[in-house]
Amino acid sequence: MQYEAVIGLEIHSELKTNTKIFCGCKTTFGAEQNTHVCPVCLGLPGVLPSVNKKVVEFAIKAGLATNCKINEYSKFDRKNYYYPDLPKNWQTSQYDLPIAEHGFVEILVDGEKKKIGLTRIHMEEDAGKLVHSGTNIKDSASSNVDYNRTGVPLIEIVSEPDMRSAAEARAYMEKIKAILEYIDVSNCRMEEGNLRADINVSLRPVGEEKLGTRTEMKNINSFKALEDAINYEIERQTEVLEDGGKIVQETRTWDPARGVTLSMRSKEDAHDYRYMPEPDLPPIVTSKEEIEAYRKSLPELPDARRARLESEYGLSEYDATIITSSRDMAEYFDGVVATGADAKQAANWIMGDLSKNLNADSIAIKDSPVEAKRLGEMIGLIEKGTISGKIAKQVFAEMWKNPDPPEKIVKDKGLVQITDTKAIEGIVDEVIAKNQKAVEDYKNGNKKAIGALVGQVMKASKGKANPQTVNQLLAKKLEE
Amino acid sequence: MHVASLSRLRVEESETESYQAELDKIISYMDILTSVDTANTPPTTYALPMENVFRDDVPKESLSRELALSNAPDEEDGYFKVPRVLEES
Repeated sequence: MQYEAVIGLEIHSELKTNTKIFCGCKTTFGAEQNTHVCPVCLGLPGVLPSVNKKVVEFAIKAGLATNCKINEYSKFDRKNYYYPDLPKNWQTSQYDLPIAEHGFVEILVDGEKKKIGLTRIHMEEDAGKLVHSGTNIKDSASSNVDYNRTGVPLIEIVSEPDMRSAAEARAYMEKIKAILEYIDVSNCRMEEGNLRADINVSLRPVGEEKLGTRTEMKNINSFKALEDAINYEIERQTEVLEDGGKIVQETRTWDPARGVTLSMRSKEDAHDYRYMPEPDLPPIVTSKEEIEAYRKSLPELPDARRARLESEYGLSEYDATIITSSRDMAEYFDGVVATGADAKQAANWIMGDLSKNLNADSIAIKDSPVEAKRLGEMIGLIEKGTISGKIAKQVFAEMWKNPDPPEKIVKDKGLVQITDTKAIEGIVDEVIAKNQKAVEDYKNGNKKAIGALVGQVMKASKGKANPQTVNQLLAKKLEE
Repeated sequence: MHVASLSRLRVEESETESYQAELDKIISYMDILTSVDTANTPPTTYALPMENVFRDDVPKESLSRELALSNAPDEEDGYFKVPRVLEES
């Protein structure tokens, strides 16, 4: 039987506020354990939490940027569960009146646009961190808890089960990340847990409307893990179903080292959390005027920026999507184009050599050793004919290590393109003399043979000969 | 037993009947409330007429770690130490 995967994501994003959601403790990542704690976030008796205004502002912006309806009346609720990462024995979250609902974002996968629905966005507090004494959670006799992260503000973005493949889930999460970066409400550093996803996966026979039983995988914090875990889970569930088995509704953990998901615990039903309104936090009321003011304050969003790059610079949809997938990359692109460099060249260099080098050295684009301005200048040198596109690759590699302007590097390294026809002619004659067989082939009608000769000339000139001039000269001489 | 396990209460099998009877009493007492005609009363979540009580995003001094840990039943290397957290499966 053919099965179809049904995937939904709950994305948790830590907001970039200075302080926690209900108290004035700092949110700085990486502080010494239990140094950013106070009676409120430790859940001591008799304390009174109060809401950080920035959190509400950021959550509303996130809602507006994802086409949600903002609830003018919103409230916090207690979600009761016992786990030592939350000292109060409940998580302050939102239940029936979240700050935002009914949104969507658009994704592009394999050239196809698709709308992914957003059920809701709600505000809540992050939980503390457990350090297990054993090699993993299952064989630990005890755990150590660090409450620094307890109370760090989160928004949870819940999608509709609208995704059908790991690639779609990835594109969706990338889009959410881009939007949060653009509106500047989260650092989105996945390696620090700023952005993490709980994934729900179920299968159903193709054509069937009814949803199958789902499993959930929690705290996935890289795009690779997201795709791998989904693909593994689809495969695992397919096997279970094909063997006539039943999927158990449960939480599983993704083990990236072994590339498998493992059963963790049976999923508690929503009513088990015994939600109740948080009596210590009065409701949040936002007027239509305030909502409109927030809407106006939003910067250009990824989709709008992508459309602009397409119409203003003639970039392809694919290129424009990649360039605008992160705010930093889009800013970098603008920086390159600002030098007068050709936009398509700029996009090619950013997606090609620049990204390759950044990835290899694990450097963020905003810390790139080749700044936007210098890349723009280098592209300018190609356009002027000072260097060829091929030589430019060498120049770029040199610029990676050397902060000089590209023009100086080209001069110092003697990489200036030879456009002098006389000089090139000498090399062409030499190559013709040495490669009589290719010349014969060409003259006998195999026009492709000229390619080998061009290659020889370029090689002899160490890549510095202007390829167009070489082509012209060779063609002329071979016709003689 | 389900309610007891959610609340982390140890209830002996022999006690369940009496607890159940007591809980039933409490819950049915609450039922008196449903007899009130609320057709014209909007739902109320809060007893106090307050809204939008916000705090500015300005850091305050946190507790020292010694003080934070001073009430902990057990600690280790500046952490709160807690017993194993996963249920046996």
